[in-house]
Amino acid sequence: MRFALDIVTIIAVLAGAFFFLAGTVALLRFPDTLTRLHALTKADNLGLGLVVLGLLPQAISLRDGLKLISIWLLGLLAGATVSQLIARAARREGST
Amino acid sequence: MPVATVLELVLAAMVLGLAVWTIAARQSYAATVGFVAYGLLVPLIWVRLDAVDVALTEAAIGGGLGGVLLLAAAARLRATEIASLAETPGPMVRLGAAALSATTTCALAAALLLLPDPAPTLAPPAIAHAWATGLANPVTNVLMAFRAMDTMLEKVVLLLAIVGVWSLAPDAAWGGHPGPRHQADPHGALAFLARLLPPLGVVVGIYIFWTGADHPGGAFQGGAILAAMWLLVIMAGLADTPPAGSRRLRLLLIAGPGVFLTIGLAGLGLGLAFLAYPPAQAKPLILAIEVAMTLTIAVTLGLLLAGAPERSAQR
Repeated sequence: MRFALDIVTIIAVLAGAFFFLAGTVALLRFPDTLTRLHALTKADNLGLGLVVLGLLPQAISLRDGLKLISIWLLGLLAGATVSQLIARAARREGST
Repeated sequence: MPVATVLELVLAAMVLGLAVWTIAARQSYAATVGFVAYGLLVPLIWVRLDAVDVALTEAAIGGGLGGVLLLAAAARLRATEIASLAETPGPMVRLGAAALSATTTCALAAALLLLPDPAPTLAPPAIAHAWATGLANPVTNVLMAFRAMDTMLEKVVLLLAIVGVWSLAPDAAWGGHPGPRHQADPHGALAFLARLLPPLGVVVGIYIFWTGADHPGGAFQGGAILAAMWLLVIMAGLADTPPAGSRRLRLLLIAGPGVFLTIGLAGLGLGLAFLAYPPAQAKPLILAIEVAMTLTIAVTLGLLLAGAPERSAQR
């Protein structure tokens, strides 16, 4: 059982790290603000989500697990709001 | 090499690289972005050193509030930035600056390398006397009891900083509202966040303050989170900054150092010493000081970022 949980952790955290890597590469390579934001939110939402999912089997108590999930939810909220604001500012300046 | 060591080496290299980038960047905006990233990585080093209290403060002040302050400064400097970039200092100034920086670096390095091994520490006596206050977090013990004088003076410095910022107000706006009146789309994303996040943030801020008795946390970290929530509401245009002349605001500003000083003097009156707590009441007294300090820190940090009064209170 312990072994299976560790496997889940390794796979999910690796998948999360892959999304962060892909998001970072895309951030450097994509041509304009909106596409870069698109790449960044994938890293934030899916990457962080997968890392949290991977860490959940390692959580010692239910409280720790809930804390991890709330970190992901707060990250989602902040990421979604900030990308909205940046996209709006970019459209206003016409730099898209 | 163990994974932890590799992580530490990568962290140290990234922090050093960002520090060089922050200094070398020609534009103040780029330098500020570098500084914010630096301020978010340094806490990770503090966590690796098991100094979670310092890490929390560094993340809140160095990365968060300090970053916002510098971003606002960079935005103000943008108009004159190009002109200032064209000015290059003369060779003597450059040589002098280089010599001064090199001397400071060498002096710091020498001081660090000449430290006796093991370094002198007061940690064992601090831990040994933890019973005197009834608090389990040794950092809070040092801040609130063993070195309470430093913490009290720190709060007075915060007060002086606010006086300094307010002194920049033009005569017409004296006692008025600090900063511009922010406008945002009331149905937009920012206003939505400013309605959704503060209830959560206030609970987290109070929790961080409360847990500081036994775990990493405390008045400064909790106060910084409360200040951030307040600023979010102000920046979304949902509330205005209070006028600097408001009596209630000024009472909040002096509450922390005031309560601290009163309890400190009471210790003197009880025949103990300045800032000494009677052992039986140590914990409730420290708690009272911390509550007042958290409020003062939250209001002070918020007002420091809001800036000098710009609009007269009558309008």
